[in-house]
Amino acid sequence: MRIPCPYCGPRDAHEFTYLGDATVTRPDPAAPDAAAAFHAYAHLRDNPAGPHEELWYHGGGCRGWLRVTRDTLTHAITGARFAADSSVSAPSVAKDPS
Amino acid sequence: MRYSFLSLLANAVTGQKLWSAAWRDAKPKPAYDAVIVGGGGHGLATAYYLAKKHGVRNVAVVEKGWIGSGNAGRNTTIIRSNYGLPGNIPFYEWSMKLWEGLERELNYNAMVSQRGILNLYHSDPQRDAYARRGNAMRLHGVDAELLDREQVREMLPFLDFDNARFPIQGGLLHRRGGTARHDGVVWGYARAADRLGVDIVQNCEVTGFIRDGDRIAGVETTLGPIRAGKVGLAVAGNSSRLAAMAGLRLPIESHVLQAFVSEGIKPLIPGVITFGAGHFYVSQSDKGGLVFGGDIDGYNSYAQRGNLPVVEDVCEGGMALMPLIGRLRLLRGWGGIMDMSMDGSPIIDRSPLPGLYLNTGWCYGGFKATPASGWCFAHAIAKDEPHPAAAAYRLDRFATGHLINEKGVGAQPNLH
Ligand SMILES: Cc1cc2nc3c(=O)[nH]c(=O)nc-3n(C[C@H](O)[C@H](O)[C@H](O)COP(=O)(O)OP(=O)(O)OC[C@H]3O[C@@H](n4cnc5c(N)ncnc54)[C@H](O)[C@@H]3O)c2cc1C
Ligand SMILES: [Zn+2]
Repeated sequence: MRIPCPYCGPRDAHEFTYLGDATVTRPDPAAPDAAAAFHAYAHLRDNPAGPHEELWYHGGGCRGWLRVTRDTLTHAITGARFAADSSVSAPSVAKDPS
Repeated sequence: MRYSFLSLLANAVTGQKLWSAAWRDAKPKPAYDAVIVGGGGHGLATAYYLAKKHGVRNVAVVEKGWIGSGNAGRNTTIIRSNYGLPGNIPFYEWSMKLWEGLERELNYNAMVSQRGILNLYHSDPQRDAYARRGNAMRLHGVDAELLDREQVREMLPFLDFDNARFPIQGGLLHRRGGTARHDGVVWGYARAADRLGVDIVQNCEVTGFIRDGDRIAGVETTLGPIRAGKVGLAVAGNSSRLAAMAGLRLPIESHVLQAFVSEGIKPLIPGVITFGAGHFYVSQSDKGGLVFGGDIDGYNSYAQRGNLPVVEDVCEGGMALMPLIGRLRLLRGWGGIMDMSMDGSPIIDRSPLPGLYLNTGWCYGGFKATPASGWCFAHAIAKDEPHPAAAAYRLDRFATGHLINEKGVGAQPNLH
């Protein structure tokens, strides 16, 4: 399996580390249903047979986090972009006021 | 026909013509007391114990392919009871006890072979961890012996003891572990269940559920609807797909594990050996081939085949442990899809939907669990409460924090 890293080009899956489902997002710890939401976030998965959005870390290359679209039935990869560019909301970073 | 010395003799003198089919190829009836989805070892064992122990004989096992075409026929056949955590030890030991009486129970040769399993250690901390695990096992009445380097050398002189990076220091020996013939287990349970009246329906895929309000009241299949008082899922790597049809999300990811067989050689490996410094386990089949495997491929997969990096990794592990296999040819490799749960341990429980029961999350180790899994799942289905040996395998443990994480790696299925 080769993963087309947007920075490094197509590279052997060996160079990457898998994190898992990219569609789960960390809930708000202050929300009233936080316990249930964190349980779902940490443990429950759609685990689809077909296209799957997932996170891979390119440790043997550019060290970027990628969001990869891969078919779990065929292992075919139809897309890979930097996770930071994805629609997944990244934790907001406080701006330096100066 | 019961297998016996007389039946062998009668067939020997009549040209093997008296044998009858081991089980009926049943067509589904419109309704059953219980329907078990999945004709692997777990599903068939569940049906057998439902009929045998609980008197529930109006049971069907529905299987989308042929029985044993899933992981039951794809695993490396290792059976053992060398777990370390309280929730696990009594369950796997109960399974081992059932293995020890299985062939007599089923009147079937499942080739259960307790020739021992040796987990090698290569460092002081690993020795300490194995000593601790061995102690935990012995406290529960399971056999375990900590061997030093010379004791291992006596048993297995061909291992690479002086490997520069991972010299072998000793091993944890579990003599009652070993292997069983995986197809034999499937066929044995199928035949025994069939004799108690269980319908085994092959080439029948479950495509949805019948509901009565909140209740699951049967299954939709490619052979039509089948109503059932209770529906049990034992579909190994496909649990999430079936659960999704019922509107449930499970703490499960599906992952592929590969296995390999070499060409046949003369007897070399007496029991099962595992390499402690990497992930590699090997035994020798009765036909002479070395049967081995290692890590899972590590990402969600429903393709019953793997990829090359793991082939390389497994073979490297084998070479580091026993360089003498270097010129052996690999005959075959294949993959199976397993439910990897979020804590690495199984689930045997009622589901949140009345009428639906779950048997899932067997990760790497479900083959050895086959008898006890069937035993405990049948209990859960018949009595609506967990069997004491499987009381820790509740679905709600993920929400309550009572995880059973043998490897302590967190909610990362690909690391279990
Ligand atoms: C390569 C490999 C090596 C392994 N080695 C070992 C080992 O050495 N020791 C050990 O203890 N464990 C091992 N395991 C794990 C073990 O094989 C499994 O955990 C165990 O077999 C799973 O239970 P089962 O036998 O019932 O599953 P399966 O045999 O997979 O049964 C599930 C059945 O459900 C059927 N099914 C799925 N969906 C549907 C549907 N919609 N309708 C109807 N039927 C359906 C499937 O066709 C399948 O036959 C290994 C697994 C693999 C893949
Ligand atoms: Zn890269």
